[in-house]
Amino acid sequence: MSRSGPPHAAASLPAVRPRAGFLQRVQQQLDRESTLGPLLMLPGALLLVVFLAYPFFLGIWLSMTDTTLGRPGNFVGLQNFANLMTDSIFQQTARNTFIYSTVTVPFKLLLGLALAVVLNNQMPFRNFIRAGVLMPWIVPTALSSLGWFMIFDPVFSPFSWLLKSWGLITKNINFLGDPNLAITSIMVANIWRGTPFFAVAILAALQTVPAELLEAAAIDGAGAWQRFRNVTLPAIMGIVLITTLLSIIWTFADFQLVYVLTKGGPANMTHIFGTYAYNVGLWATAIGQGAAIALTMFPILAILAILLLRYLRTEV
Amino acid sequence: MVGSGTLGRRIFGIYLPLVLFLVFLLFPFYWMTIVSFKPTDDLFKLQYNPFWIQHFTFENYLYLFQETDFLSWFKNTMIVATASTGISIFCSVLIGYALARLRFPGSNYLGVGIFMAYLVPPTLLFIPMAQVIATFDLFNTYWALILTYPTHLIPFASWLLMGYFRTIPKEIEESALIDGSSRLGSLVRIILPLALPGVLSAGIFSFTLSWNEFLYALIFMSSGPMKTIPVGTVSDLIKADVLFWGSLMASAILGSVPVAFIYSFFVDQYVSGLTAGAVKG
Repeated sequence: MSRSGPPHAAASLPAVRPRAGFLQRVQQQLDRESTLGPLLMLPGALLLVVFLAYPFFLGIWLSMTDTTLGRPGNFVGLQNFANLMTDSIFQQTARNTFIYSTVTVPFKLLLGLALAVVLNNQMPFRNFIRAGVLMPWIVPTALSSLGWFMIFDPVFSPFSWLLKSWGLITKNINFLGDPNLAITSIMVANIWRGTPFFAVAILAALQTVPAELLEAAAIDGAGAWQRFRNVTLPAIMGIVLITTLLSIIWTFADFQLVYVLTKGGPANMTHIFGTYAYNVGLWATAIGQGAAIALTMFPILAILAILLLRYLRTEV
Repeated sequence: MVGSGTLGRRIFGIYLPLVLFLVFLLFPFYWMTIVSFKPTDDLFKLQYNPFWIQHFTFENYLYLFQETDFLSWFKNTMIVATASTGISIFCSVLIGYALARLRFPGSNYLGVGIFMAYLVPPTLLFIPMAQVIATFDLFNTYWALILTYPTHLIPFASWLLMGYFRTIPKEIEESALIDGSSRLGSLVRIILPLALPGVLSAGIFSFTLSWNEFLYALIFMSSGPMKTIPVGTVSDLIKADVLFWGSLMASAILGSVPVAFIYSFFVDQYVSGLTAGAVKG
């Protein structure tokens, strides 16, 4: 992070100024790194403490109480977590979240990588195309999910219409009505939203791969695949790892897509941690129990965050 | 890339996959757009090809403006996104500068802490956060969002700006300090102008993220006219038994246009911002 070394020469400069009035003393203090540094951190740190750190610890406390809306709770120990062990909806939720993350992330990575490789060629309107390709990632997810909500509608789905007109099906498909199909539909929408992020991040990395290196490999007789495997891939591995870890974190802690498409239904079969915690904690107002559900995400998120941090630090 | 290949290889290796990707990634927008310009009756006529507009109409947009709270949602979203971006950029410039240029006790840990804060998802915090908002009596006020959004924006923007500040040669600042400028003076007059692209992309990023945020807005802004566009569209326009698909899609399109517009002008800053932390370490 910050570098070590001899103290900054400029830091001692203000001391030679003559006649220290009050304003000048303030000025001198402000030029001292050990004073100015913490002072500059203060406004942001204050917000983060009140609206991030405090809620985090409050959440841990709430998860160990039986708080409901309008009634301060009593300490119940780990009862809320014990409840989850026998809660079949929670178990379904945990399975869903696991499937949701482990299936979509590889798809997003591979599709994003492929798209990046395609976009890394000379072509007309490349910047324009790149801007278009990023759209799914840039617009509000809640709003684009509404597009998918209609595309998956039992009556108005254009897919059903197309398949019917080709004579492949006779009845409309109920994409969001059947639990297994609903999860698949949600995952398609998720892959749609996340692929551009991988593509653009990897494209930026691809453009840093030295052309001479690829040419040299080509002259030495390496085929396209060998060049990709032995020159390009090692060069973009760092960004691939970082984007993958970030995507796992975001997918794992998702909310909007599921909320808009199914609200966790039918029959609570498509919840992920975020939507189930919302249902229990805010909709059914069992705040303590809801906080416990949200907190079950924490260990895995913490592991992912530490992995990411360790990787970034070794890179520096 | 190496070699241009034959035309056939370019078609199958580049253009065909590209077209497939574009269809997959852009079809939902195409669909939303055409539905927003169709009269509701047309949707039910199964003999019509749903992929095209048979009768063009603005009635869905008119309905949105006249019969719903869309205009106040738009105003709310604008106010919240602008204010939280302003606060976040102010705090992040100071944090980024302190962490990139100043040595003080604990700065290492603070840097790591800021990075970790970026990885805390709203889904982990929203239940206790609702309690905090209730304690401060901020439900259905702009402050509920203006004060909470920066917790997600500051970590990212600080990280990004720190990277930018580090790329500015120290010598430039040192010579200003020797000429008698104060630290704060050199931050404002020398570092900030040089880091303007970074400040710009941090600002675009923050604005977009605030504009798009859903979970906190859903919970903290429950009264109709105080909602943001994403929340208002999802919760107020879907209530009815008969869905007004046309105005639903019109609202979704209008809510997406501002961010799409802003970012199409700054796509390069956006992309470099996206990968700045990663590429620069």
